[in-house]
Amino acid sequence: MTTRQIRLTVNGQERTVEVEPRWLLADVLRERLGLTGTHLGCEHGVCGACTVLLDGRPVRSCLLLAVQADGHAVTTVEGLAQDGALSPVQEGFRQEHGLQCGFCTPGFLITATYLLEQNPQPTREEIREALSGNLCRCTGYQNIVNAVEWAARKLAEQNSAKP
Amino acid sequence: MKPPAFEYYCPETLDEALGLLAQYGAEAKVLAGGQSLMPMLNMRLSHPGVVIDINRLPDLNRVTVEGTSLQVGALVRHAELEHSALAATHCPILPAAERLVAHLAIRQRGTVVGSLVHADPAAELPLVWLTLGGELEVRSTRGSRTIAPEAFYLGYFMTDLAPDELAVAVRFERPAAGHGWAIEEFARRSGDFALCAAAAVVEWDAARGVVQGVRLGLGGVGGAPVRLDQAVAPLVGAVPEAELVREVARGVGQYLDPPDDLHASRAFRLHLAEVLSERALRAAVRRAQAKEVQGA
Repeated sequence: MTTRQIRLTVNGQERTVEVEPRWLLADVLRERLGLTGTHLGCEHGVCGACTVLLDGRPVRSCLLLAVQADGHAVTTVEGLAQDGALSPVQEGFRQEHGLQCGFCTPGFLITATYLLEQNPQPTREEIREALSGNLCRCTGYQNIVNAVEWAARKLAEQNSAKP
Repeated sequence: MKPPAFEYYCPETLDEALGLLAQYGAEAKVLAGGQSLMPMLNMRLSHPGVVIDINRLPDLNRVTVEGTSLQVGALVRHAELEHSALAATHCPILPAAERLVAHLAIRQRGTVVGSLVHADPAAELPLVWLTLGGELEVRSTRGSRTIAPEAFYLGYFMTDLAPDELAVAVRFERPAAGHGWAIEEFARRSGDFALCAAAAVVEWDAARGVVQGVRLGLGGVGGAPVRLDQAVAPLVGAVPEAELVREVARGVGQYLDPPDDLHASRAFRLHLAEVLSERALRAAVRRAQAKEVQGA
């Protein structure tokens, strides 16, 4: 099978990788770039575990060919923490016990990060709607919603503390 | 689950894309948003020899007003139409319908035109397109043509699109200013395909306080969405009293032939069709009357 070379920016770093056109972005992130934080659950777009940001917008990396990401920027769960410090959304999941087994968590973190960028003060209903495309079999979602609320409060505090 | 091997093309011009479609025809699949094609490739339900990725074609990502229509290019994503100010002004039922399409991440990638040509009988956008009226602009190396929704849907996932044709844009007819609209659906979970969905548009004669024109469409009740012009005819020129609206909605079943399947029985779908038709018609009338009060 002929391969082609693609260049993409992953978590701020330029990466060049040789791929077959049929390879999914999720598989290239995991198998070729060693970024195993992106999880594959259903591999047909239903569970949301593989959600990453493509040019800042949440997409299913199991429904995107890696060649389609050529020239684009991808953010995975590994890109959320800054200088070793958890992002507010990640810290919220920790504080509010927003995960149990953790398999679905990367997709929730990515989706919630985008939600709070678009809507910094979401209602619980808006949080549930935004996260309705991510499945969690452990938590019953209560603590996940609490975690996003925690993150929204944290972000608001950070913003009001800025000069 | 991984896609089977295929030859991949990513044309940079429309002519190049049409040339590839002319060359490969039914052997090729067009990849736009990929939110239906990619799952089918992953599950190997589809084995195209060639995938033609149109995501790098220029000028197909615009929402514009063209005469009496709202035009949406083939690369406009669901989320873009959901948040389009032009759509909110000219066809407000479209952003409302988009909020019912799948989930946040799917809407970022999936395209409006892709949903129309995929032709899932329970999808929201084919229903709204049929209800509003309009046309699909289709190109091939043989030329171009337009297709109305009434002629486009032939049955479950079947359309009038030929293997060498590419849908480049859809036009939705803009209802008259001050019209009322509604889309109502029942789905088991948020973001699921609807077991049944109803879309209604009401044009209001403010001077006489009667319905001037009305359209009702239903999805999820057969192989393709249906528009029930005959069923709603008693509303035209009438004062839309609650009793009359209920009577019209109760009558939609005689025009429908929904299937029994593992998601819902035929009887349940007929029940939903009546209930959702009534809700959609009432909400559309309410919106039309509210605009009259505001003087919009």
